[in-house]
Amino acid sequence: MHDYTIRAFVQGNAEFVGFDKYAEVFGSTTFPTALLNTAVFTLVSILFQYAAGLALAVFFRSGFRLSGVLRAMFLVPWLLPLIVSASTWAWMLSSENGIVNSVLGAFGVPQINWLTSPDTALLSVIVANIWLGIPFNLVILYSGLQNIPGELAEAASLDGAGAWKQFWSITFPLLRPVSAITLLLGLIYTLKVVDVIWVMTTGGPGNSTTTLAIWSYREAFGTGQPDFSPAAAVGNVLILIALVFGFLHLQLQHRQEGS
Amino acid sequence: MTGRRPLRKTWWKTALGVFFTALMLFPAYWMANVSLTRTSDLRADPPHWFPWNPTLEGYAAVLEQQLPSLGTSLLVGLGCVALTIVVAAPAGYALALLNLRGGRALNFVLLVAQMIPAVVMAMGFYAIYVRLGLLNTVGGLIVADSTIAVPFGVLLYTAFMSGIPRELLQAARIDGAGAWRTFRSIVLPVSRNSTLTVALFAFLWAWSDFIFASTLNRNGDLIPITLGIYKYIGNNTTQWNSIMATAVVASVPAAILLVVAQRYVAAGVTAGAVKD
Repeated sequence: MHDYTIRAFVQGNAEFVGFDKYAEVFGSTTFPTALLNTAVFTLVSILFQYAAGLALAVFFRSGFRLSGVLRAMFLVPWLLPLIVSASTWAWMLSSENGIVNSVLGAFGVPQINWLTSPDTALLSVIVANIWLGIPFNLVILYSGLQNIPGELAEAASLDGAGAWKQFWSITFPLLRPVSAITLLLGLIYTLKVVDVIWVMTTGGPGNSTTTLAIWSYREAFGTGQPDFSPAAAVGNVLILIALVFGFLHLQLQHRQEGS
Repeated sequence: MTGRRPLRKTWWKTALGVFFTALMLFPAYWMANVSLTRTSDLRADPPHWFPWNPTLEGYAAVLEQQLPSLGTSLLVGLGCVALTIVVAAPAGYALALLNLRGGRALNFVLLVAQMIPAVVMAMGFYAIYVRLGLLNTVGGLIVADSTIAVPFGVLLYTAFMSGIPRELLQAARIDGAGAWRTFRSIVLPVSRNSTLTVALFAFLWAWSDFIFASTLNRNGDLIPITLGIYKYIGNNTTQWNSIMATAVVASVPAAILLVVAQRYVAAGVTAGAVKD
């Protein structure tokens, strides 16, 4: 809430400006865009990460030759430094030399400017982010599945329930606590994402991939002359959102311990 | 006939599993492929699916230019591991076994600390480091990076140490060992697996960190490898084989850890999310 600039930092005489900076941030034309982008980026990302992670966890849980090794390989995207994955995706999606356009071109799709067109940039960073998040979801949901006793599925199959029915009436409900925590953790992590978007698009073109975290980063460090006041205001909005979900997380954990 | 059916079923699943894995790992393969491609072939249309005519010029560039960065990253990673364990292990011990007052509140604070976006932390550190003259120093970066792993480490240690049988500690007390002695000769050796998991993640996170490096260390003489890649992208956008070669080299620790310590990786990912 202080009017911090670089000089004020050094001299320590920042002027107290009350909620002016917040008014400035909320009044900015970037704010609604960033808020919407954050919501779309976060929700679409975690939804697909979760769905893919769950499907794969069930698939790997069924057990087959090599399933252990393959499951371990799935950890790779999660272990790579984010900047490595992000720059690889940026190259794969590059307009002229990217492998993605080349494959699509083979099917007659005209060149798509994935990262440089405002229509597809957000989609591109979301796809990369989903890819990054699948391993985390897979590992947690898989260990959740391991805690579900196999006798339940056996009993259901004796009663004549097919695989699909078994999943929806036994596995999925029993997995609910683990699912809730996976989604919450995913939400908290995705809200904070900076590296991936920054390396792929730096929030552009225009503001089409600017999320709250990116906006904050750009204000604070994106230019040569750091301006921390609006950045901190945006950051605090992010903390507030994260806190709300943090409390939800605790609530869930308590309930899990209770049961 | 009946004996063969499950096997055939399994094979079908293995094939599908291999397909999914290949799809998932394609970006990693592509990174390796591009890193071996000649500069003249980078713009080939269609791109070469396999480096038939491989070159090591990308890797030569890495050795020539990025070696100091790799050293810095290694130093930051190891420093971060040491600092994290020195802080987190005693903290976990105190929270789990010494019946601290306000332990629950501290646990809550640690959970919240993990939720604070790194950007916000970076601004805080910047403000402090400007005054202390710690900007662009390796030490400053180690301290900043360890804030990612310390809360995780404390929570993991606390969870594990709460499970240590009390009889073990009481036996030590009867033999005349104080809290510190008990910690050193009983609790710490018993928690070896937790230490490995914490160390692994502390290293990996410090090694992969980009936000702190790009904010607190951007004008430093010693930049870590992540920043090296980032600057590379900014400088010469045509040398993608060199960029990807650097990326491959930067991924080596992850690959080693996956092979050597996969058990601990899985343990760390699920820690705190799933109660066994």
